[in-house]
Amino acid sequence: MKKSSLTKLDPKLLAQIHDLMVRARALEERMIRMYKQNEGYFWLGGPGEEAFNVPLGLQINKGQGLEHEFLHLHYRSSAILLGMGMEPMDALRQMKNTATDPFSGGRNFVNHYSIRKWNVVPVTSTIETQYATAIGTGLAQRKSRRPDCKGITIVNGGDAGTAEGEFASSLVWSTRPGEELPILFIVTHNAWGISTAAATQHGEKHIADRARAFGMPAVTINGTDVEESWAAIEEGMKYVREERKPYFIESKVSRLYGHSSASGANRAESEKDPLPEFEAKLEKAGVLTRKEMDEIRERYEVEMREKAAKVKTEPMPDPSSIYDFTYYKQRGKYF
Amino acid sequence: MANMAQAIRMALHYGEENLGVQEIFGEDVGPPLGGVFTATQGLRTTWNSPLDERGIIGAAMGLAFAGVRPVAEIQFCDYIYNTIDLLKLAGNACWSTNGDWNVPMTVMTPVGSGIRGSLYHSHSFDATATHIPGWKIVMPSNPLDAYGLLISCMKDENPTMYLKPKALLRVKGDEAIPGEPPLTAEGEKQLRDMIDAPLGDRTKWKPKWPKLADFIVPIGKAKTVRTGSELTIVSYGRTLPLCAMAADQLLKEGRSVEVIDLRTLWPYDWEALSESIRKTGRVIFVNEETEVTNFGEHLIRRTVDELFYELEARPRLLAGKFTPGVGLADTLEMATQPQLPNIVEMAREVLAERA
Repeated sequence: MKKSSLTKLDPKLLAQIHDLMVRARALEERMIRMYKQNEGYFWLGGPGEEAFNVPLGLQINKGQGLEHEFLHLHYRSSAILLGMGMEPMDALRQMKNTATDPFSGGRNFVNHYSIRKWNVVPVTSTIETQYATAIGTGLAQRKSRRPDCKGITIVNGGDAGTAEGEFASSLVWSTRPGEELPILFIVTHNAWGISTAAATQHGEKHIADRARAFGMPAVTINGTDVEESWAAIEEGMKYVREERKPYFIESKVSRLYGHSSASGANRAESEKDPLPEFEAKLEKAGVLTRKEMDEIRERYEVEMREKAAKVKTEPMPDPSSIYDFTYYKQRGKYF
Repeated sequence: MANMAQAIRMALHYGEENLGVQEIFGEDVGPPLGGVFTATQGLRTTWNSPLDERGIIGAAMGLAFAGVRPVAEIQFCDYIYNTIDLLKLAGNACWSTNGDWNVPMTVMTPVGSGIRGSLYHSHSFDATATHIPGWKIVMPSNPLDAYGLLISCMKDENPTMYLKPKALLRVKGDEAIPGEPPLTAEGEKQLRDMIDAPLGDRTKWKPKWPKLADFIVPIGKAKTVRTGSELTIVSYGRTLPLCAMAADQLLKEGRSVEVIDLRTLWPYDWEALSESIRKTGRVIFVNEETEVTNFGEHLIRRTVDELFYELEARPRLLAGKFTPGVGLADTLEMATQPQLPNIVEMAREVLAERA
């Protein structure tokens, strides 16, 4: 593996990013197949966001508690979690809603993660509420309360969701004079809200302009480009970590399989795919050969197929468990 | 002889000094006002939030996720309705993650009528609050319970909703809060001088807190405030003292009425309720929420389901009228919300009924 002439990033890191991007794509495409084979009731996810989400996942200081990143994610974040080290088997379990699903025990949709040991707060189906809860972990980590804290809060969501009130709330709350919050704001802008084109709903030129109005640094980037994504995330994280103030990234991404299975989950040929573009660069730079990349793809397709087959053998949740965990550590009917 | 606002303030002080409560916030909760009902004056960790209820609940959830036990206030429950999906998320976080996350946070909000508050300062919230699984819902009717229930809420590992009956916030208690000055006129003045912020410039004022002690009213435990054998009246909050007065009045007529202060609306003390209803065979549920899809209707349903053959009369509900709001004029508020004569009248009806 030789040093790339086209990139500032280390070739080993580039190869790692590529590996995770392919793995994330194979995972999502396997889950789409599971939906189409009636092995899950619903699919929605993030194919098309890998070039941004893998670099994000790899740069997160994961762990539990205030010294680590708190993550308030939306439901297109599988590549972030894979970048952090999530086992794809667990995502497949949630897709199949088995009792072994570690994120919800078969209770929630796929890509609705919850990993307390990594500060991944519950992913919700409600749009943009994660921007409101991000205020709270940001408050807990703010400079006026914890001057030496290095952990930061990261929140992401889509472009359509920025119309919700919580988006405005988070901008207001994170920029109160003297009480600024260490939050890295991310909007992955795929230009769609289910079937509604962003161009028909946004009067502002860039969503990032709304953040600029509150005095925070804000950038709009090409989120289908790995290097540009890596650099923006690195700079944003450094700013938030050191300044203890918010930073905003609007990342233009693709939506390769539509909003969800509700719209068919079929490949949208008009959408730009970040993976072949990245692979062409890697090949040209001599980081990976076409053959090596084809083998990686094959390996992960086999992995996901085999894991999905295993998931099918795992048990469904016990009907008697429906009241469990209404309250913390509570089991069974309590009233 | 603390009033309920002072009791709440003392409980919060106990919480920030002893229970790890680090953030008490909401609109006008911090200095200089210390809450529109003065219930958060003089506390160390209070601060004023933006005027944004969804932000307040979201912030509280995030703080709870971070392990920083928050107490957040929605200034009047009339303004909590735009936070419903966040309240649902707080309530389902533990369940939806199969026990991975818990959300130890307390939300306080004044509820009910009694201050001539018109359409948007008279709402009740008990029907909606009890319809959001995952929360524990409490509502005191006297200062000692206000103190003990709030300490229980702050200790709980789950989201707790503390409904403050605004009509009772200035009502003094006749049971001592552990550590408060003697229950005398002199003791009352002493407490006032210690913890009530002065009028005018408060910038240099600091409270002198009494040495308070741990005291809990367990969540889920009702209290029998009048013992009787012929009729059970179940209530909470503003209407509870009225029910006790009704029982006293009926006792003079030779009728024996039991009154139960539910105190915790969810999960409620069915054992206490069912035991009393079995004993008396007659029950009235009284609250000031609007009467359609009222929490009392659930209690009637359960009474019918489980105690039907032990009833001597139809179980009844006395609640607020199903109107779009509580009208401002005294005559309108009195006609809309349950008052003492309404309780006495319905009690006489139920006592006279023969199954």
